[in-house]
Amino acid sequence: MSEIARAPASLSPPSPLWHALPWALALGFFFVGDGYHSLGVNILVMILFTLSLDLALGYAGIITLGHAAFFGLGAYAAGLFNIHVDNDPLLGLAFASLLAAAFGLLTGMLILHTKGETLLMLTLAISEILYEAANHMRWLTRGDDGLDGIRPGPLLGLFRFDLWGKTSFLYVLAVLFVCFVISWRVVRSPFGRSLDGIRQNSRRMRAIGTPVWWRLVAMYALSAGMAGAAGALSAQTARLVGLSVFQLLTSGIVAVMLVLGGERRLYGAFIGATIYVLVQDIAGAINPFYWMFVIGVLLIVIVLFFEGGLMGVIDAARAKLVRKKASGEAK
Amino acid sequence: MQAFTILLDGVAYGMILFIISVGLTVTMGLMRIVNLAHGAFAMVGGYFATVLTLKGIPFLWSCVAAGLFAGALGALAEMTLYRPLYRKGELQQVLLTIGLCFICISALTLFVGATPLPAIVPAWLDRMVYIGYRDYPLYRLFLIGVGALMALVVWWIMERTLFGAKLRAAVDDPQMARAVGVNVNKLFLFTFVGGCALAGFGAAVGAGIMSLEPFYALRYLVYFLIVVAVGGMGSFRGSLVAALLIGVVDTAGRYLVPQFGGFLLYVLIFSLLLWRPNGLLPPKSAT
Repeated sequence: MSEIARAPASLSPPSPLWHALPWALALGFFFVGDGYHSLGVNILVMILFTLSLDLALGYAGIITLGHAAFFGLGAYAAGLFNIHVDNDPLLGLAFASLLAAAFGLLTGMLILHTKGETLLMLTLAISEILYEAANHMRWLTRGDDGLDGIRPGPLLGLFRFDLWGKTSFLYVLAVLFVCFVISWRVVRSPFGRSLDGIRQNSRRMRAIGTPVWWRLVAMYALSAGMAGAAGALSAQTARLVGLSVFQLLTSGIVAVMLVLGGERRLYGAFIGATIYVLVQDIAGAINPFYWMFVIGVLLIVIVLFFEGGLMGVIDAARAKLVRKKASGEAK
Repeated sequence: MQAFTILLDGVAYGMILFIISVGLTVTMGLMRIVNLAHGAFAMVGGYFATVLTLKGIPFLWSCVAAGLFAGALGALAEMTLYRPLYRKGELQQVLLTIGLCFICISALTLFVGATPLPAIVPAWLDRMVYIGYRDYPLYRLFLIGVGALMALVVWWIMERTLFGAKLRAAVDDPQMARAVGVNVNKLFLFTFVGGCALAGFGAAVGAGIMSLEPFYALRYLVYFLIVVAVGGMGSFRGSLVAALLIGVVDTAGRYLVPQFGGFLLYVLIFSLLLWRPNGLLPPKSAT
């Protein structure tokens, strides 16, 4: 399989310093990025959402066009929890991610028997059902006016959410870090390895006794929970949830971010989401439809010429460098 | 009698869905490509027809021209973008075709504008006729007629021509079809072009019901995909049945229980796909 040839494992693992780089950059941004913190928050939320999709789509190979369902569910759950129950952001976050995970578990159990286009359509139908439900339960969600009036209380009872998004930035960064560590551990665990096998040949995995369906459901639920957390963070920091969270476009965009950065790399989510949001922000300022054009062209180029996304390009460059060094030493 | 009106409305709507989606069932069933850009081809055709009509060309001629234009675009896309996709995974297919959608949406907004286009129903269609118990828009009857005609043409090509026989063979078992000397690649190109042309024509003819705007490509895409999935990927009869079913159910839902809107439709589709993952009338290869 070409997948094995492409696997980054053939390279020596990057030094621990490389792992510190994205987090150091994010922290550095916190100190120098005055005026751009809310953009930074937006990027971090999208990174978390993309990361969740990488678990389901990249690692478990669950082809889905309905991840917006979990993001939207998390967003509405956090928003409603804040308004009607308690304004503690962490409680809301926990409630939203657990709810989304439970919903992922339930729907996953129903739909993960199927695969390919049927699975794609089922995931799509789920997010459409939620869209219609949210649209028609105006008394709860306020329909297409959007849910506003979300006022998260101080974080841990100590830090108030300021106007410039500084608290939000650190809050989202911390949640992202926790989710990243969880993902990192999970994909390197025997459980994660078994999903590698399922993705490549599920029939053979079943033959050697792997409970394929349960593994897929478990990963789907985890990914759903994480997507729900991203949605909750988006609701708490933007203080607004709109119906568009459930739309096909949302699911499409997160897949775009994933592939832009490179699937099955975890850090691919970081690069993909950052570039997407930045391009959207810059091009969107010129003309709202311009960014769609840029992203469309970018997608086609990536799919046709750079499999593995931008992280793939980086890996290829590293591999070349290593080879050059090796041949230089041989002389 | 209201039930009959709903039925007529639903069938008219379903016929448009059928004309547009029948090409998609081929791409997804025969070529095994998740083609999310199908709505974009339809949309471009619809725009083309509207521009022509507004320039004074007769309605029917501009619809035919829209079909030709969408078909030509389809040929170009198949030869340049889709061919490398056949051997790639579903995710890559989803993304490239979404990218194509994005490009079409932004290009049309840039060149034509972001507002919905005026419907191009000509005066000779835009009137009411008496159908035994009430007045009914002639345009909708016209759509039913055109849809039935297209279904007949597609049926004739599929069941009565050598091309259709090869196509059915390739859907059922592409490897075997190749082995007995069917040029499957050429078949792909022709059916893809035909499907895009039908989509462009359908969007142009049906613009009075499904209004054209830049996000048409994504808004109605869900419906096209549903027709394909419910009918059974690669099944022509299936897509006709599914399109009519969805047209009627969606219309009835909006008339009778407006507070639920599209909710019922999606729940129905969800349970239908759980019950029969390969659709209502799947081709042999899927069973």
